[in-house]
Amino acid sequence: MGMATSQEITRLQDLARNTRKVILETLAEAGSGHPGGSLSAVELLVTLYFYKLKHDPKNPKWPDRDRFILSKGHGAPLLYSILAQAGYFPLSELKSLRKLGALLQGHPDMDIPGIEMPAGSEGIGLSVGVGQALAARLDGRPTRTYVLMGDGEQGEGEVWEAAMSASKFKLDNLVGMIDRNGIQQDGLTEQIMPLEPLAAKWRAFNWNVIEVDGYDYLQLIEAFDTAEMTKNRPTMIIAHTVKGKGISFMEWSPMYHGTAPTKEKMEDIYKELK
Amino acid sequence: MLEKMGAMRTAYGEALVELGANNQRIVVVGADTTDSLKSGMFGAKYPERFFNLGIAEQNLIGVAAGLAFGGKVAYAGTYAIFVPGKCVDQIRNMLCYADLDVKIVCSHAGITVGPDGGSHEQVEDIALMRCVPHMRVVVPADAVAVKSIVKAIADIPGPFYVRLTRGVIKGSNTPIVYENGFEYKLGKANLIREGSDVAIFGCGIMLPEALRAAESLATKGVSASVIDIHTVKPIDEEMILKYARKCGAAVSAEEHNIMGGMGSAVSEVLTDQYPIPLKRVGVNDTFGESGEAQELLNKYGLTAAHIEDAARQAIAMKR
Ligand SMILES: Cc1ncc(C[n+]2csc(CCOP(=O)(O)OP(=O)(O)O)c2C)c(N)n1
Repeated sequence: MGMATSQEITRLQDLARNTRKVILETLAEAGSGHPGGSLSAVELLVTLYFYKLKHDPKNPKWPDRDRFILSKGHGAPLLYSILAQAGYFPLSELKSLRKLGALLQGHPDMDIPGIEMPAGSEGIGLSVGVGQALAARLDGRPTRTYVLMGDGEQGEGEVWEAAMSASKFKLDNLVGMIDRNGIQQDGLTEQIMPLEPLAAKWRAFNWNVIEVDGYDYLQLIEAFDTAEMTKNRPTMIIAHTVKGKGISFMEWSPMYHGTAPTKEKMEDIYKELK
Repeated sequence: MLEKMGAMRTAYGEALVELGANNQRIVVVGADTTDSLKSGMFGAKYPERFFNLGIAEQNLIGVAAGLAFGGKVAYAGTYAIFVPGKCVDQIRNMLCYADLDVKIVCSHAGITVGPDGGSHEQVEDIALMRCVPHMRVVVPADAVAVKSIVKAIADIPGPFYVRLTRGVIKGSNTPIVYENGFEYKLGKANLIREGSDVAIFGCGIMLPEALRAAESLATKGVSASVIDIHTVKPIDEEMILKYARKCGAAVSAEEHNIMGGMGSAVSEVLTDQYPIPLKRVGVNDTFGESGEAQELLNKYGLTAAHIEDAARQAIAMKR
């Protein structure tokens, strides 16, 4: 904990740049998948995995490890590229994403090292996070549990069931995160199913709510650290993000929610990745 | 046999309390029906391992999954009408896909829920749960079996769905079949009565009815085997085929839709491996209604007399 050095931030920036590249190369190779919501949360997850999370890729089942739960399972390319860079499996595995016999399934499953929960059907992850946090408390483990949800995912009733139960049990070892990129599958969240005032909703459910710019490392770091110091309440980090972040023709484009870039597009993409 | 009575839910609560004493991994999650289900008995004894999630069944299953990921054996339950249907996604995509140690135990299955009516009479749950990979489906016949099963499955890794009945007689009781005890073995059916003309496969509260039917048939010179298919999945193929060969005609009896339930599971085994006539006794693809349990069993064709009738038809169809 403590203030991040500029060196540390440069390291996170490099990791994020590489993560974006791996995501796009992986999706172009796979020919299908979800770039938009993978790109939007790159900095959020890079900061979590490479600044905050206590884990050991050489010992993925270490009981005291923190847990990261990807509730929006279609963000798999993001998580896989981070897990590979952390050392859970070779980067080369990403080449066979979504292919027959591949380790890396279209959505996470339990055969993949580093995966804490299968995902694909949105809306369940926060409940599972509540259970994980309860189990950790019962065992007296220092484990902290982090759950990443989509903003469109907030439409699922179960999210709010979980929200109530987390505050009932005062789960200060649980951190929720919302990738607030404003877009779901059919279009803008505020047109499909308006969420605002989203922060006020979570506050009303007795969560400690922190809103951040999802691309500002200092804000992200501070949010994770503050969450850890907050007692008797779970914390929800609402990260304001951009769907398709980093690639101009993908940004704010509902089409690139679930359309992989073609291999031809990769030339333009490399130019933008600098 | 069948003179004594017992309450399945009380047996469930007692089993949980006994389990909890010796095994710290046992946790119980409920959804505002823990008094009725008697899982509250566990909560009274071990409050730190008991979580009431309120009227939120999908969260109930999700939280149970999280507890299992965290190394616990989670017993989760409420009334049957609110879990297999409402939570099939959580059950399929979390409990079963990740093969988690969550034991769903639901009460008030079937039409004997009675006065609450059709909205509360769950007759599709065996079908819904049976077709999900990794799920095991158990339908205990009486309170003795409930206690044995609930305790045994704690040591069998992976998800279970256990289906209890509210009661047939005076609210909470059902007849005791296993006066001399019951030892649970996953996937091993119990032969209760040996006969040679027809094999009657029963589960849950229809097992006592099957026994009554067999007794009545015996007085008329018809010899019936009665087999308790307490575990609908994985089903005991060996036992089914043995008595199919021996008897050449079969009846299934369950308090469930005749579509997709235990009878369907038996017929799958028979059609694949040894086709013989099978008559299925169950709810005939319809919803229930309000009434007393026994009135509903009579009206919906779930009595010993209906089983006897089905047995005669099956025997007549022998080739
Ligand atoms: C329960 C459920 N319903 C529908 C889908 C199909 N689906 C996949 S992604 C998606 C939109 C997700 O939007 P959001 O949660 O905002 O994620 P993000 O924008 O971060 O990708 C939908 C509808 C799903 N995966 N799960």
